[in-house]
Amino acid sequence: MIHQFRCNNVNIVLDVYSGAVHVVDDVVYDLIQVFDKKEKEQIIEQFKQKYDEKDIIQALEEIQALKEEELLFTEDPYEAFLPDFEKRNPVVKALCLHVAHDCNLQCKYCFAGEGEYHGERSLMSFEVGKKAIDFLIAHSGSRRNLEVDFFGGEPLMNFDVVKQVIEYARSIEKEHEKNFRFTITTNGVLLDEEKQKYINENMYNVVLSLDGRKEVNDRVRYTVNKKGSYDIIVPKFQALAESRNQEQYYVRGTFTRYNLDFAKDVLHLADLGFKQVSIEPVVAPKEAEYALQKEDLPILFEQYEELAKALIKRKKEGQGFNFFHFMIDLSQGPCVAKRLAGCGSGSEYLAVTPEGDLYPCHQFVGIPEFLMGNVEEGITNSSKQKEFQHCNVYAKKDCRNCWAKFYCSGGCAANAYQFHGNILDTYEIGCELEKKRVECAIMIQAKLLEEGFSN
Amino acid sequence: MKHIKTLNTATLKKSLRKGGCGECQTSCQSACKTSCTVANQSCENNNR
Repeated sequence: MIHQFRCNNVNIVLDVYSGAVHVVDDVVYDLIQVFDKKEKEQIIEQFKQKYDEKDIIQALEEIQALKEEELLFTEDPYEAFLPDFEKRNPVVKALCLHVAHDCNLQCKYCFAGEGEYHGERSLMSFEVGKKAIDFLIAHSGSRRNLEVDFFGGEPLMNFDVVKQVIEYARSIEKEHEKNFRFTITTNGVLLDEEKQKYINENMYNVVLSLDGRKEVNDRVRYTVNKKGSYDIIVPKFQALAESRNQEQYYVRGTFTRYNLDFAKDVLHLADLGFKQVSIEPVVAPKEAEYALQKEDLPILFEQYEELAKALIKRKKEGQGFNFFHFMIDLSQGPCVAKRLAGCGSGSEYLAVTPEGDLYPCHQFVGIPEFLMGNVEEGITNSSKQKEFQHCNVYAKKDCRNCWAKFYCSGGCAANAYQFHGNILDTYEIGCELEKKRVECAIMIQAKLLEEGFSN
Repeated sequence: MKHIKTLNTATLKKSLRKGGCGECQTSCQSACKTSCTVANQSCENNNR
């Protein structure tokens, strides 16, 4: 399968099954569309008015050479591997610990309501957190790196339990030959110097929620008194990012229909000094005023392109920053097994509620049919576990013929469920945006390499 | 080559044999939490 596109005056050809990426001239760009459909003579005849015949022949030879090297027109070698893939033993390697189903902000678009996930407001006890760690170790098989994200609601509202859980996990990781990596996702309202110090000493990654420009952020991220959060959190986030040497963190925001010009928000965050930025499309019920609609796609595509161009410019000027969705490692990215399986929700990755209930991921929390068990008894809903285990790019009909399937790995199961009631479906707007992001990410690499800059 | 510049060494197929150790970061733990993004994760398999 071949995917070809033009972006920012670069012609790019992607060989989907090998993962090879080629920058090509106009001759090859045209020829590749007919290469496997027509005879050489027919192709020469078709294009000889447009290009020099010698160039056409030379281009055809180059395409053929790459085909023989399995870097173009590569056949699918992976589908045959699926039966083995599906037989793999499920291990759990990551937990999203909902230490607080409560929040001190009332963000308009929050999938967790006001942090309570449409249930009772509650905080996780240390006992439940401890059992979650025991559950993770017991179900992690031979995996060494185990991940725990402290999530909410707002996890800083239950920071003592966060500390106790970390202390407990650290006290037993060596005897079990495990290496815990802790992360925390916070809105920053309760951040102070002491917490910052603790986070820097103990957290592998920190996700800081901030949407961009003040007016954009404050329209949707406000306190219970309807006061915007921007002025409260920006100085704290700047201090935290600096104290981590601008590494191992993300300032992470959401864009909605209120700010379709979200590239400005990304650049605003970069202008505030943040070097690790992620701004992502809101996922909301279709009828919500702030939900992205299909007709918004053209402007959103333009925004991604504009952002990509700005990023290239800033990199060249020595003012580069990382935009999460444009980061791509073309040579040594994830293996195909990971690309087939995707995020691992419901199998490798589970969410734990304050009460100790297990769900496939944070976005399924509170939906009764997705309750998978609890930290005491383990996974009791094995049919649900099997359903998620089976969830891979080849199990999704929309993904089979999609060129981007090894980049997004089938997309988000929760989004698919929300829009179609089926985790094996896809969320169309999400897919279109993901494809555009991958194209931009590849274009950035091509452009920087072409102009002698390393990415 | 005059007309084509290949940007990468395309190891995807090779990773079929040596990949799958699972030591890499779960994508939703890194930043996204709402949009599955896998290709930008780093491989942590030293034997690949």
